[in-house]
Amino acid sequence: MRARARPSIRSNPNLGRRLDVAARASMPTIITIGLLLLLATPLGLPGQAQWQRATALCCIYFWSLFRPASMPPLSVFCIGVLADLLAYAPLGMSVLIWLIAHGLAMRWRRGLTRLGFVLVWFSFIAVATGAATLEWAMTSLLSFKFLPPRDALLEAGIAMGAYPILAVWLTRAHQTFANPDQA
Amino acid sequence: MIRLSIPFRQALSKLTLPVLIAGAFGMMLLGKADTFLVERARMALADVLAPVYGVLAEPLSTLRSGVDNLRHTLTIYEDNARLREENDRLRQWQSVAQALDAENMALKANLRWIPDPAPSYLTARVVADAGGIYARAVLLSSGPNNAVTKGQVALDDRGLVGRVTELGVRSARVMLITDISSRVPVVLENSRAHAVLVGNNGARPRLLFWPEGSPPVEGERITTSAEANAFPAGLPVGVVHYTSGKVAEVEPYAQLDRLEIVRLFDYGMRGVLPPEATVAKPSFEGKK
Repeated sequence: MRARARPSIRSNPNLGRRLDVAARASMPTIITIGLLLLLATPLGLPGQAQWQRATALCCIYFWSLFRPASMPPLSVFCIGVLADLLAYAPLGMSVLIWLIAHGLAMRWRRGLTRLGFVLVWFSFIAVATGAATLEWAMTSLLSFKFLPPRDALLEAGIAMGAYPILAVWLTRAHQTFANPDQA
Repeated sequence: MIRLSIPFRQALSKLTLPVLIAGAFGMMLLGKADTFLVERARMALADVLAPVYGVLAEPLSTLRSGVDNLRHTLTIYEDNARLREENDRLRQWQSVAQALDAENMALKANLRWIPDPAPSYLTARVVADAGGIYARAVLLSSGPNNAVTKGQVALDDRGLVGRVTELGVRSARVMLITDISSRVPVVLENSRAHAVLVGNNGARPRLLFWPEGSPPVEGERITTSAEANAFPAGLPVGVVHYTSGKVAEVEPYAQLDRLEIVRLFDYGMRGVLPPEATVAKPSFEGKK
């Protein structure tokens, strides 16, 4: 970290510093897309499709709560389109569900971010359950089929379990390499 | 950069979310209205990613086989005993098969039997799971200028895997027989009765619509039937297994959870090809 030379009303940072700030500010979107692509590779994990969507929801919810400036609705939209194309899901479905999750996080963030981790986790459990249910209902509706709900249950379960683990790592990222203030 | 007034900027930022949500609904409509466009977008993305997956697949499969080897060394004694016993049994079957083959040849020679033409096939590597949550499919890396076409039948070294439903430039998507949209016309080997194998996104697809009076028997072999002109007759599919709830399921011969290489056979079957294929759309529907 570099100490600022002289306080002034309008600092005029050089190109390197501006690039650094931009990179750190876009880190949340990059992390989310990176995890999405990583979990699309043939790792052979059990329930990998569920992992892919659950981690994306975790990331979107976390960043929408703690740094909404780095997870704007447009980023959520793009992540959703990519996920739908990758997962052969009905196009637009993840976009809608994740935008709703983002909107909820934005609405709750003033109250939630002041509360402890456990309550944030509980709110995420509610969001993940709702997201999985909506996803199952919409996929069933859009394909005119009653799909087995066990896949949705598994997805919600994975999301609930993955959130605390991811949140620890994302909090560290939030404080270190994804923090524009440290550029 | 255009400078906007602060209230205008705030109003704009409040509008983004509703506009994007409306955009999501619009995309859903587009996806339903123009499935061809969506399919092209998907396969274009798959074409970009397939070579990357292909490169990644090799070290991953090495790692997996290393772990498997380690596990097998722990059970080497039991495995050896079991294999010895199985080998004895297979040796008996081999002699039976050879005798039957010779008899079959003699009978065919007497009947002026016109043999089926040997189907051409090509081999492709499975590079990724392409099912998502509510479908069961795999992505093949086929290389440019391939001869892969829609409707080709995929088999692994043991049995039926599925059919090619979507095609890119250097990738192809194969819908597995376990997919919820999969319908495969089959024959029960002992009774020669016809039935339909219906996928349910689980590991074992169900057996439905067999004629009254010839129910599938536990352990009975299931092969494909040429009905509906979607599959050639006689491809091995699996064996019947009843669940505790008396539901007839089929344990597929193919190792669908660990596919690495599949063979794509072109039998020239264009019977029940989907007009367009999206997730959970009926693909090889045996409408009867």
